[in-house]
Amino acid sequence: MSAKRQFRIWRGDETGGDLQDYMVEVNEGEVVLDIIHRLQATDAPDLACRWNCKAGKCGSCSMEINGKPRLGCMTRMSTFGDEETVTVTPLRTFPVIRDLVTDVSFNYEKARETPAFAPPEDVAPGDYRMQQVDVERSQEFRKCIECFLCQTVCHVIRDHDENKQAFSGPRYFIRAAELDMHPLDTRTDRKEYAQAEQGLGFCNITKCCTEVCPEHIKITDNGIIPMKERVVDRRYDPLVWLGSKIFRRGETPQTSVTTARQGSATPPSTSRGGVHSHAGGSHDPQAEAQAQSGVNWHREVPHPTAPAVDDRGRLPLTELTFDRAAAPSPFGDDVTFPLPPEHLNFAHPEQDKH
Amino acid sequence: MTTTTRIERHHYDVVVIGAGGAGLRAAIEARLAGKKTAIISKSLFGKAHTVMAEGGAAAAMGNVNSRDNWQVHFRDTMRGGKFLNNFRMAELHAKESPQRIWELETYGALFDRTKDGKISQRNFGGHEYPRLAHVGDRTGLELIRTLQQKIVSLQQEDQREHGSYDARIRVFSETTITELLLDGDRIAGAFGYYRESGEFVLFEAPAVVLATGGVGRSYKVTSNSWEYTGDGHALALRAGATLINMEFLQFHPTGMVWPPSVKGILVTESVRGDGGVLRNSEGKRFMFDYVPDVFRKQYAETEEEADRWYTDPDNNRRPPELLPRDEVARAINSEVKAGRGSPAGGVFLDIASRRSGDEIRRRLPSMYHQFKELADVDITAEPMEVGPTCHYVMGGVEVDPDSGAAFGHVRGLFAAGEVSGGMHGSNRLGGNSLSDLLVFGKRAGGHAASYADGLPARPKVAVAAVEAAVETALAPLQRDTGESPYTLQQDLQAVMGDLVGIIRREGELEDALSRLAELRERVAKVSAAGGRRYNPGWHLALDLRNMLVVSECTAKAALERQESRGGHTREDYPAMEPKWRQVNLVCALDGDTVRLIRKPLPKMRPELIGLFDRAELAKYLTDEELADFDALVPDAGEADNR
Repeated sequence: MSAKRQFRIWRGDETGGDLQDYMVEVNEGEVVLDIIHRLQATDAPDLACRWNCKAGKCGSCSMEINGKPRLGCMTRMSTFGDEETVTVTPLRTFPVIRDLVTDVSFNYEKARETPAFAPPEDVAPGDYRMQQVDVERSQEFRKCIECFLCQTVCHVIRDHDENKQAFSGPRYFIRAAELDMHPLDTRTDRKEYAQAEQGLGFCNITKCCTEVCPEHIKITDNGIIPMKERVVDRRYDPLVWLGSKIFRRGETPQTSVTTARQGSATPPSTSRGGVHSHAGGSHDPQAEAQAQSGVNWHREVPHPTAPAVDDRGRLPLTELTFDRAAAPSPFGDDVTFPLPPEHLNFAHPEQDKH
Repeated sequence: MTTTTRIERHHYDVVVIGAGGAGLRAAIEARLAGKKTAIISKSLFGKAHTVMAEGGAAAAMGNVNSRDNWQVHFRDTMRGGKFLNNFRMAELHAKESPQRIWELETYGALFDRTKDGKISQRNFGGHEYPRLAHVGDRTGLELIRTLQQKIVSLQQEDQREHGSYDARIRVFSETTITELLLDGDRIAGAFGYYRESGEFVLFEAPAVVLATGGVGRSYKVTSNSWEYTGDGHALALRAGATLINMEFLQFHPTGMVWPPSVKGILVTESVRGDGGVLRNSEGKRFMFDYVPDVFRKQYAETEEEADRWYTDPDNNRRPPELLPRDEVARAINSEVKAGRGSPAGGVFLDIASRRSGDEIRRRLPSMYHQFKELADVDITAEPMEVGPTCHYVMGGVEVDPDSGAAFGHVRGLFAAGEVSGGMHGSNRLGGNSLSDLLVFGKRAGGHAASYADGLPARPKVAVAAVEAAVETALAPLQRDTGESPYTLQQDLQAVMGDLVGIIRREGELEDALSRLAELRERVAKVSAAGGRRYNPGWHLALDLRNMLVVSECTAKAALERQESRGGHTREDYPAMEPKWRQVNLVCALDGDTVRLIRKPLPKMRPELIGLFDRAELAKYLTDEELADFDALVPDAGEADNR
């Protein structure tokens, strides 16, 4: 059951490179990483590629296959058409070292900046008591295998190197969320930290990270949105606002985070200039290409997400309690006009019906 | 040439080679002892093979069954290892693993919980009580992530105190050590290269902890990753240390055999613990035919009794699917050889017909997910095809049980985890490896730190040794007439898989040794195409000599040991022989050749051997040993009921 198949693989290093064509044998039941290994054993012994467990558990073999960030070991060849050329490129968001290997140290730097678990001081080892239902929320995020696919797909940094300093990325938002939801973590400022230091505000919830996560972690719904909501709660809750005005001891998010770093704590409202806003954009490369030659109104886009409303069906804030003069923009504060045409989206109400 | 080669130099107090569970735990301990510590990781930080451990970490916390305690755990470990274990290691392991697990919670680990909020524990093959702390079926990932995050938190402390994350503990990721450097018989440093750039790096350090894991990459069907090339085993041998028990390799009974691309990936034993059963091509639940006499008392004889055990373990005996791994692997092998195997050469593991789809998805989430994604097999709807897979090496560096210091004629070398030998005897119980990493990782790290403290002067690295190491490392790139490293690896895997596999015969082992000798000639002339920058062919060429020497140890020891025990099965000597239980086979290096030494096993202390039932010991001990036992423990008959 073996056949020769066409592969295009990016070969090169930081000085440049290009896609090279290979005809390679493919057997039934194989995955893309198997093919890479066959190439190493035959035509390209020095083809650089990371891998470890080959079972979708370690997150080493992240690559972009036909433009989509995926794990090489989890991409079955049977998912491609018989005549389809398979194009394999390195992760686009990180600098190339050689061939399919990229320098992912950005992620480890962000990991080091994220404050660690703060254990309760008065509980001895062995005396930790937690209910299953309480640990499950954090456990979802601890499934993360650190493949960094969410990091590479995130448009805030994918083509915007300049955002990397102020933006930690989805992996570290769920790390903050995990600690925020940890029943025994003693730090209480995880959300404010995410907002002020990790650049949570840059995220405009396009859910690309959730889409590529090989562990199917609901990064956006269960991690990012609750973190954003809770930050919003504290900023815009009218009682908190009134209290802080009257008693002048309000611990507002902007001042509650202590940090040695200067200037990186830019909330999105003041740093829009460099941020590339997709507002629901799709990352299908084909659609992107079409978008560049004009707006393709038929492409599939995620449905718009309804805002969180209160019991009366209204937004939980009013002009009185809002921290800016005038009402908030109905399009979101991070969107400037005019929108570039390729970023216009239209989700047809019946797009799911066919 | 060597004078022009750039070598980056670093000074550390303790260098830990390996960044899996044992390495990270050792590094944490050395750093907590105030030592400047380096962690060398062959992969990226946090990708180590430990992530593959699914079942859990065995520790007698008694959270689920309060009758559990360290004595019971000790007994299970010794029984599983067929009494060949170093008793002191098994004792320390059983005593200390609960503390090591609880400690992880203070680092932020989130284990699954019992109803009263304690760490939940699950049943596992060979363990008398539910004992494995777990997180679904991704316990290894939890362990590695927790230790990784603890190291980050120590780095954050150093950042606050010294202004640099790397002040006292630094991770060198994607770095391979090719040589340990000595000053006389003392460790003076370690030499290696950065995989990314191919640049060389020299660590000058008085103490080195080996935590490099196992040797499985020498086998064709293996659950092990590319990193498992026996680096630590080979480094230790070349530095003058010794290896023990190298003939004992664990073949996991249930690796995937279909589809071919995922051959070797393990199906956790908890599938069997949660109700999965093994069937042959005739649909027969065959494990009932393979319960050995020594286990007859603990295992059910009928399907009805076995099925009752899942809900009422106190009044029923265990299903035979939960026999120790080696028994299950041998049973599967026999079924396949008798022509009752599955189409792909394994047997069927069936949980689909025994538990509801919802329950399977809840109890085995990542297993379900893995099969669905990798093989498009729905384990809630159809049985899996499984067979024996090279999984774990029981043998390793011969160490002092308390400190992890290597024996032989080298000082300053420590080992922990899979690379060390003795703890698991001839067969490891599932779940004992994760706790082994923590218990002995901590010990090795701590003792390496105090060894470094006690040195009057730092050993010096000899320039000539560094030059020789550079030359050896560059040699494959400079040759262009030799064979491809990939071909050589395939040939090595074929020799080991076919001739030194799960069932061994004298003739085949002799054949293997002569083929390994031929391979040695070819490996000495291997050539790698390309340059130094992230060149996997070159990396493999350098790993090959490690794989080769370790394979020689395994083949030699397997030929020498004329009995079957645990992870070593000789078709020509099918029985377990009490005389052989008194012997450890120790491998040392004489120049280039592996030399075998027979060494008597340390004698168990009276209060420990007294924990066993005389009738059980009678299956393992010689008559003289039994006479000694009777003299020591006059009321031995009651000991069983503790």
